Amino acid sequence: MTDVDEVITRAHHAEWARVVAALTRRLGDLDLAEEMAAEAFATAVERWPADGVPPNPGAWLTTTANHKAIDRLRREAKRGEKHREALMLSDHEPPEPLGDIDDDRLRLVFTCCHPALAMETRIALTLRMVGGLTVPEIAHAFFVQESAMGQRITRAKAKIKAAKIPYRVPLREDLPARITGVLRVLFLIFNEGYLASDPEKEAVRGELTAEAIRLTRLVRDLLPADGEVAGLLALMLLIEARRAARVSAGGELVTLGEQDRGAWDRELIAEGHALVRARLASGQAPGRYQILAAINAVHTDARDARDTDWSQILALYDLLVRLDPTPIVRLNRAIAVAELDGPEVALAELDGLPLEDYHAFHAARADLLRRLGRSEESRAAYDRAIELAGNSAETAYLIRRRDQLASARNR
Amino acid sequence: MAQYMFSVIYDSTDLATSEEMAAIDVFNDRLQAEGHWVFAAGLGGPDTATLIDNRGAEAAVITDGPYVETKEYVVGFWIIEAADLDVALKLAAEGSRACNRKVEVRPILSA
Repeated sequence: MTDVDEVITRAHHAEWARVVAALTRRLGDLDLAEEMAAEAFATAVERWPADGVPPNPGAWLTTTANHKAIDRLRREAKRGEKHREALMLSDHEPPEPLGDIDDDRLRLVFTCCHPALAMETRIALTLRMVGGLTVPEIAHAFFVQESAMGQRITRAKAKIKAAKIPYRVPLREDLPARITGVLRVLFLIFNEGYLASDPEKEAVRGELTAEAIRLTRLVRDLLPADGEVAGLLALMLLIEARRAARVSAGGELVTLGEQDRGAWDRELIAEGHALVRARLASGQAPGRYQILAAINAVHTDARDARDTDWSQILALYDLLVRLDPTPIVRLNRAIAVAELDGPEVALAELDGLPLEDYHAFHAARADLLRRLGRSEESRAAYDRAIELAGNSAETAYLIRRRDQLASARNR
Repeated sequence: MAQYMFSVIYDSTDLATSEEMAAIDVFNDRLQAEGHWVFAAGLGGPDTATLIDNRGAEAAVITDGPYVETKEYVVGFWIIEAADLDVALKLAAEGSRACNRKVEVRPILSA
């Protein structure tokens, strides 16, 4: 990569959302803003290597995109296009007093993550409009045909326009729920990269986890006072830190207890821990992501798996169960119970959880039954987990554990 | 300002109960007081529908019944005015609560 290429890539990361957001605000048209931003970046790729990089790349890109938009509107005005007026939409509403959180990029995030859009559409739109990924890149990431992904995004932009999904930060009373919605989109992007659900995909895809972290950092810059945004960022960093240790050279999942902790990214862990400490120091009651981040902080605090402070982890899960009493949270809590009170107690906790179709439930039962020496039942649970698991690395791990069970019996 | 149609979706033509009617009245009063009101009405059931197709050269084809049989159908509607979808969705949530039925929100396209 030449220096100019690097500058363009960096400018793309740093400025794409800003350019799209500023143009959307000026033109009242997300579609046109996206197109003009893309053209401005294409012009940069053409011109910067010859003309040199402008002193302020962001301002250059915004100005270029603006000029292109004005040219386009003039051309269409000359042709007397019927839709000209639609393109000339402007902000008729008086700006609402939003204080320190008013930023065009934040408007963009909330519009892309609007609850009136389907979840997969919110994810695609956020990656395109805020993240600046191309349609082929997003299609590839989710193993969808490019044409289908293009249509999904086009339909979403048409709905935003026709139904008047607003381009603004939600009202204060709606803000907590809408932020939760944004965080859900970001976490789904991260999870798809971290534990791809499709057996055909690579087990861990760093480009998606990195993109999710980048987007979450942006949202954190825009909403620095929100504890859950900080919590989600910390959670992602502490999971991402373990990425290299999480899948073996042979493509098999390595569980937390068996990971080479020397391969963990200390820098990401330090940043994640600092965020968690800052949240604890705030004295505010933590939300779901903050508790999950704290649990991950306890895990990553132990230099050796045997040093893990399970009683603290269980206390955090107790807190989480009170906030979010879903079966999956109770499943994870039971795994902590096993470390403190033994597999038998944990197994009793799992009984009756409505998770028959969830592979991790059967994998957890299989492990507890194995520890109790109940091999036949353990094998049946592994079989069921393997049947349900979608991730290739996870399946490989489960098959090995099941087969170890077989050889132990034959011995 | 944009206009939206709130279609009220239900699986029977049973009229609203007196409690539901009272809640709908309160909601309608609010729509009028706050300048959202355009129009609202209840509809006869699918059994009362007649389908007309006059696209051909022959005389209009008249068919008894709705254009498609569904388990749930539109039993009434509101036409309201709102600044944007966020405002419309909030109103629709209140409308759904008031009439105790599902509500589908669609924008009315402006010329």
